[in-house]
Amino acid sequence: MALLQRVAEQGRRVVRFTLDGRPVEALEGDTILTAMLTNGDRLRRTEFADTPRAGFCMMGACQDCWVRTEEGERLRACGTFIADGMRLVSGGEWTQ
Amino acid sequence: MSESLLPPVIVGAGPAGIRAAERLVAAGLRPVVVDEAARWGGQIYRQPPDGGFTRPKSALYGFEAGKADAVHRAMAAIRDRVDYRPRTLVWNCEAGALDLLSDGASETLPFSHLILATGATDRVLPFPGWTLPGVFTLGGSQVALKFQGCAVGRRVAFLGTGPLLYLVAYQYLKAGVEVAGVFDTTPFAAQARATAGMLRDPATLAKGLLFVGWLRAHGVPIHNGVRPVRAEGAERVDALVWRDARGQERRTSCDAVAFGLGLRSETQLADLAGCRFRFDEADRAWLPERDGAGRSSVAGVYLAGDGSGIAGADAAELAGERAALALLEDRGLPVEAARVKELDGRLARIAAFRRSLSAAFPFPADWADAIADDTMICRCEGITAGAVREVARSGQAREMNRAKALTRAGMGRCQGRMCSATTVELLSRTLGTGPDGVGRLRAQPPIKPLPVSAGAERREVA
Repeated sequence: MALLQRVAEQGRRVVRFTLDGRPVEALEGDTILTAMLTNGDRLRRTEFADTPRAGFCMMGACQDCWVRTEEGERLRACGTFIADGMRLVSGGEWTQ
Repeated sequence: MSESLLPPVIVGAGPAGIRAAERLVAAGLRPVVVDEAARWGGQIYRQPPDGGFTRPKSALYGFEAGKADAVHRAMAAIRDRVDYRPRTLVWNCEAGALDLLSDGASETLPFSHLILATGATDRVLPFPGWTLPGVFTLGGSQVALKFQGCAVGRRVAFLGTGPLLYLVAYQYLKAGVEVAGVFDTTPFAAQARATAGMLRDPATLAKGLLFVGWLRAHGVPIHNGVRPVRAEGAERVDALVWRDARGQERRTSCDAVAFGLGLRSETQLADLAGCRFRFDEADRAWLPERDGAGRSSVAGVYLAGDGSGIAGADAAELAGERAALALLEDRGLPVEAARVKELDGRLARIAAFRRSLSAAFPFPADWADAIADDTMICRCEGITAGAVREVARSGQAREMNRAKALTRAGMGRCQGRMCSATTVELLSRTLGTGPDGVGRLRAQPPIKPLPVSAGAERREVA
């Protein structure tokens, strides 16, 4: 279930990407954080405690919103915009 | 080229950085403005991304729409006369040079005069469950709404202290989101007493009262003297458990918690620049020293805005311009004495008002004593409160950097931005010193994580 709720600005172009292999939609101008959390309720599981995380500060300070692409690239979700065809993963533990 | 002829460099394109740039441009200089965001405005006047966003500024910034618009327009008007570098992280500062990262490539930017307008983020202390999905900072919750048109949940609890607590709760309510309650850590009596001092700025006081009135009129419960017990939930938040002013434990169901205890300055670059720091009682933090004009202890380095002491957006605009005037004066350029006097007067009045505001929203120092040993204080590496207390109790660490070396608190990806307020309280209260008695966490480059490839592509620019 979505963690973030859209309350405005819903007339933007649809962007299609995959989340854990599932085709999903976001809107142009969404950060990866918004795109993932309007389609699910976490960004990743932590490498230290295997607990879910969904970011915290949303302004590039806490560094708690890093996510992985299927290719293994690491992106800061609050400061990177979603793009068509991105393949993002939220499941599974990852290590540095 | 003579060193003094390098263009001034401004770090940060919020209210302070923009007003500084505007003043330098007016004097005929072409400053470099480096900013991490894609668009100017900073956090408080952050603009939505390009493309498709349609809400007017009145909807985004409310009462502050006029100010936000003026700051945005000021930058637009000088856009062609500044070397503007958006999406660029300043990750290091050494004598006379900054290291930048933009689009994956690093470069070195030499400077002779530097204005640091680095801003602030929420100050936080931990409570059990604070890492659960659905717990966000107050500032972050506002960013979600303003920058993305999203609420952090369907039913949101607002917890903590500071002007943002009521402002963001009000903004959420206005956006049609259910507000589960405002859980203010400040006792009601303290707030009432401090209100008298806030009469220095009736407009701000009136706005604060309006937010509270609006929330009450819409049936939002407002609780004072609250302490959090825990955020509950397995994979995400489903309730906030809290203790009321009488010590009774209560539970409020919600699917998000927006949380913050005022703001903390981003001082890392001032530290790396070699600026001398002092402990500031009002901010309960070590801050780079600055004189009334914004000069730091390092010649050619100036400080403006919340990055060197929390004073808010209006003060940031004034301080940005004031620092630019100091810079111009130091470069031997003419400055208008009447303008300097006016800015100094207005900054002094804001400083007096901020002291009343701090009294109205005091830092809940006793919170730290209630943090259980098994509570995670570090979001990066899962370090517990007990680990920090233990190195203090055993005599192994009497200050922040030693505690960091032993426990790794402050060594993770955020470099202590989220845990250092906690570590200060845990160390100082275990050792029986004041918060000024345990030193300060030294900044390390890179001040934010860099992609591994960045170092390989480093290049010099003239």
